[in-house]
Amino acid sequence: MSGQPAAHEAARIRRLRKGFGAHLVFDGLDLDVAQGERVAILGVSGCGKSTLLRCIAGLERPDDGTIVTAGEIGIVFQEPRLFPWLDVRRNVAFAARNDVERTRVDNVLALVGMLHVGDRLPKALSGGMAQRVALARSLVRDPALLLLDEPFAALDALRRIELRAAVREILEFTRAGAILVTHDVDDALALADRIIVLAGSPAEIVFTGTVGENATRTAVLGALGVSDQGLHARRASAS
Amino acid sequence: MGRFVLPLGLLVLWWAATASGAVKSYQLAGPRDVVRELGDLAQSGALWHDLGASVTRVACGFAIAFALALLLGSIVGGSRRAERALDPTLQAVRAVPSLAWVPLILLWLGIGETAKITLVAIGAFFPIYVALVAGIRGVDRKLVEVGTSFGLSRFALISRVLVPATLPQLLVGARIGLTQAWLFVVAAELLAATSGLGFLLTDGQQTARTDEILVAILLFAACGKLSESAMRVLERRLVGWTDTVPV
Repeated sequence: MSGQPAAHEAARIRRLRKGFGAHLVFDGLDLDVAQGERVAILGVSGCGKSTLLRCIAGLERPDDGTIVTAGEIGIVFQEPRLFPWLDVRRNVAFAARNDVERTRVDNVLALVGMLHVGDRLPKALSGGMAQRVALARSLVRDPALLLLDEPFAALDALRRIELRAAVREILEFTRAGAILVTHDVDDALALADRIIVLAGSPAEIVFTGTVGENATRTAVLGALGVSDQGLHARRASAS
Repeated sequence: MGRFVLPLGLLVLWWAATASGAVKSYQLAGPRDVVRELGDLAQSGALWHDLGASVTRVACGFAIAFALALLLGSIVGGSRRAERALDPTLQAVRAVPSLAWVPLILLWLGIGETAKITLVAIGAFFPIYVALVAGIRGVDRKLVEVGTSFGLSRFALISRVLVPATLPQLLVGARIGLTQAWLFVVAAELLAATSGLGFLLTDGQQTARTDEILVAILLFAACGKLSESAMRVLERRLVGWTDTVPV
């Protein structure tokens, strides 16, 4: 299957198959992301969430199946991955291909609250600031879909909450869709419209739910095979 | 201030040892004799002639070494196949102490400028080559991936990611290569030369003029220090962005 996704779709994945050596990560995965939709993908470490994101970003080549996306894609990795030899403004401008995108550099820096450090080198930034700059860089091409690969994982708890709020605002402002890969249920609940849980080998979607409806904290944790009930409560319900 | 204490102390000791007659002048000339000799050489023009000859040899040899290292280092660093084909041989050649090539070079190229510049180039080549290959191999794959995710062409990936990422290592290699170049120009000029600072050394030895020898040694020290400082300035200007303590 190929061609353009339907008008309301940001990404359409069909029969995705991807393996590394003998290990099959996906064998026939289907996933649709609507335009402007924010999907969080949860799963235990090594279940294939990042591989899925990397396939969508074009950093991994699927063995089979199709991935079609509408418009530009922006990606933010777990680490900021800024170029140490470029100052903040040039790092963001790195993604720009033309004058229109270059004029956007200061706007996206302001959007992430980092315009005042535009002349600094990455070595002079804290982890949270650097990740904001990386976020700005992913926005320069005005992406229809943002791929966020555990973007808060390297931050401390407070920076994490701050950046999560910033990402939320930005997604609302830019109306970009997003696929957030995370192992943190709170990240998913705070940012996503829809939560998907991947599990198994090859990985399959074992849970999908809408935040505010069936995707509650307990339901998602249950799908991940974790209980947020204390031992006492579990014993009580068992008896 | 602290940095001047030891050199000044040595100078005083040198002066005291020679002025008191404890050390004979044919063993070690005193500071005043050395300064006088330096002045005489400068006045007669011999100083500039010899200095110019050595600097030219170092500059030519280093330039050739740098160009070759850039070419071979990029090829070997950029392709595993080229590495398998070229690197073992280059490493084997590198294992030979460079001065061991001298007899062959003299046989093949005679005792002219070509032989001297070749020897300097051999000495300067390997530090630059090794540093460049290590630099290319050490480029953070995650940064390359950022370039890939933005759809950069192969050329853009090289010019915008690989070259700047490799530059710090290359410059360190070039600095070491330049030091090696000075080392090898001494060797080349000691063997067979009618000009150059190394010639001053042999001339001083043959005529038992320790003042002349010391002038040559001091000039070598000054040239080596000067070129190293210049390389450091270049490093600071070009790769001041690195987050490491300079070595």
